[in-house]
Amino acid sequence: MTSPTLTNTVLYLDGVSVTFDGFRAINNLSLAIAPGEMRAIIGPNGAGKTTMMDIITGKTRPDEGEVFFGGMIDLTMLDEAEIATLGIGRKFQKPTVFESHTVADNIRLALAGARSPFSALFGARNRIAGERIDAILSTVRLTEHRGRLAADLSHGQKQWLEIGMLLAQDPKLLLVDEPVAGMTDAETAETAHLLKEIAREHSVVVVEHDMAFVRDLGCKVTVLHEGSVLAEGSIDAVSANERVIEVYLGR
Amino acid sequence: MTRRPILLAMLDGKGAIFLGVLAALAVLVPLSNLFLPETSPLHVPTYAVSLLGKYLSYALLALALDLVWGYCGILSLGHGAFFALGGYAMGMYLMRQIGPRGVYGHPVLPDFMVFLNWQELPWYWSGFDIFPFAALMVLAVPGLLAFVFGWLAFRSRVTGVYLSIITQAMTFALMLAFFRNDMGLGGNNGLTDFKDILGFSVQAQGTRLALFVATVIALALGYGVARYMVTSTYGKVLVAIRDAESRTRFLGYRVEHYKLVAFTVSAMMAGVAGALYVPQVGIINPSEFSPANSIEAVVWVAVGGRGTLVGAALGAVVVNMAKSWLTGALPELWLFALGALFIVVTLYLPKGIVGTLAEWREKRQATATAKPAGIAAEAAE
Ligand SMILES: Nc1ncnc2c1ncn2[C@@H]1O[C@H](COP(=O)(O)OP(=O)(O)OP(=O)(O)O)[C@@H](O)[C@H]1O
Ligand SMILES: [Mg+2]
Repeated sequence: MTSPTLTNTVLYLDGVSVTFDGFRAINNLSLAIAPGEMRAIIGPNGAGKTTMMDIITGKTRPDEGEVFFGGMIDLTMLDEAEIATLGIGRKFQKPTVFESHTVADNIRLALAGARSPFSALFGARNRIAGERIDAILSTVRLTEHRGRLAADLSHGQKQWLEIGMLLAQDPKLLLVDEPVAGMTDAETAETAHLLKEIAREHSVVVVEHDMAFVRDLGCKVTVLHEGSVLAEGSIDAVSANERVIEVYLGR
Repeated sequence: MTRRPILLAMLDGKGAIFLGVLAALAVLVPLSNLFLPETSPLHVPTYAVSLLGKYLSYALLALALDLVWGYCGILSLGHGAFFALGGYAMGMYLMRQIGPRGVYGHPVLPDFMVFLNWQELPWYWSGFDIFPFAALMVLAVPGLLAFVFGWLAFRSRVTGVYLSIITQAMTFALMLAFFRNDMGLGGNNGLTDFKDILGFSVQAQGTRLALFVATVIALALGYGVARYMVTSTYGKVLVAIRDAESRTRFLGYRVEHYKLVAFTVSAMMAGVAGALYVPQVGIINPSEFSPANSIEAVVWVAVGGRGTLVGAALGAVVVNMAKSWLTGALPELWLFALGALFIVVTLYLPKGIVGTLAEWREKRQATATAKPAGIAAEAAE
């Protein structure tokens, strides 16, 4: 495998650091994701996994380092809305959906399309949207729930709804933070299946603690520790790595 | 989807009732005032027409507040400022209409300027003798203030209680400014002793009826605008921002733009409300900027039901009727009653009158039909 260069990556982080009140949450982090790749990120609590996503999506500005999307777009100069529009979607660690809207409306709001207040006020609603919504709802197995309020969904269903919203955005890169937290084993297996399906057409970065799930994904794994990369490779390789066992798996 | 279902969807049951009540008021109140004998129990005396008009202008203010608070989670504690600015714009027009009929008989200058020995009208008074210009200012001044204020606040992502505090500070600062004589807006006493509006005496029975009807129409239009906004995709995004602001950002929406539109439109509606209020009560002074007024408006919305529009209007009327009655009977009790009302509503009626009624109805329907409520909601879409 050739080492990743800036130009053939969908996401490229180099020497990124961020400090919160003197605490280095991300420390000289470098990472490259190839187009179409699925990558799992693991690491102990506080390793900086969520903070890394915050940096990529424009929520947190890095103190130093480079973050490039698609090889040429400098993400450190843009805000959340601009980055989302470029094609980076994100699922939060705590499932976050619009509780007072129906499941279908949650998807509708996420659908790729015009985003300005003006078009939202005066734009005509299109019919094609309905079909897209149906397709996405069946992908995330929420078809029977389309008319329910998102607030009434179970925890696992909210996770799926949020993944559905990501699909509706149709981003080039999906960042998925702990998608199976609080799910039953059956739901977890289904989610792994779903993410693999999604990864066929998108680049996906998944943060997860559940090792069985990560193994299920069957992709390259990056281990994060104290804000930088501790190990990288196949699940078997990183599981055998002594440092990884020491700081994470062995606990 | 075609146009018709959207317009139909805009008007739900409670909206239809609301507009029906407004139409009935616009017709029946003037008829009763003009044609029923004063001895009839159904006769509405002229002073009561103006009192009702005042309540309805408050209802429009409440509606404006509900648009930002109920639908977008922006708890403005400074909406009274937009109301007062609209009121001052109208007051300035009414002052200019006095002409040489003031106590000092100066051909141009209002009495308070003559009293202060001012020689000429300050520049910002020019144009206010022309009604269309004044009407434009009723919208433009509150709108511009809200736009600039909102642009700064929303861009810096000031939210929650911090935003509430700075809106409160805004109205307080304006109150202090308007109290000053050298603002050229009447200082303490504000603007009063109005004579004419559009050539008709503000005291005349016919003018009072016309002002009442104008207020009803403005309230109906305000409702239409607000309802259009909240039922459009725009409104869904507003609610999304209220529920999960950062989620909305990560979907690519510019949250600050959405908030800014709602805040500005809302401020303009509040300005219109103030402009209709002033000729009906006959005075506008700096106490209209007082922070307590803005807080009172929040109580109206909470009582009627946040995020329902109709409830906000209803809350304004109900609370103000109670206020008129109580301040007549036991004036010193009003503030305590208002505080108690707010606590009771927050604890026992968090959805307000209209929200609670709607919830009951939904529950009844849900048990009556075997279908889950969600399917019905989807079908109604
Ligand atoms: N905005 C912030 N202000 C201060 N400290 C922060 C902030 N965001 C994150 N941190 C700190 O940075 C460190 C990394 O947090 P982060 O949430 O990225 O960890 P994580 O790897 O996602 O952990 P978990 O597995 O528990 O989700 C933590 O110690 C956290 O307390
Ligand atoms: Mg995390």
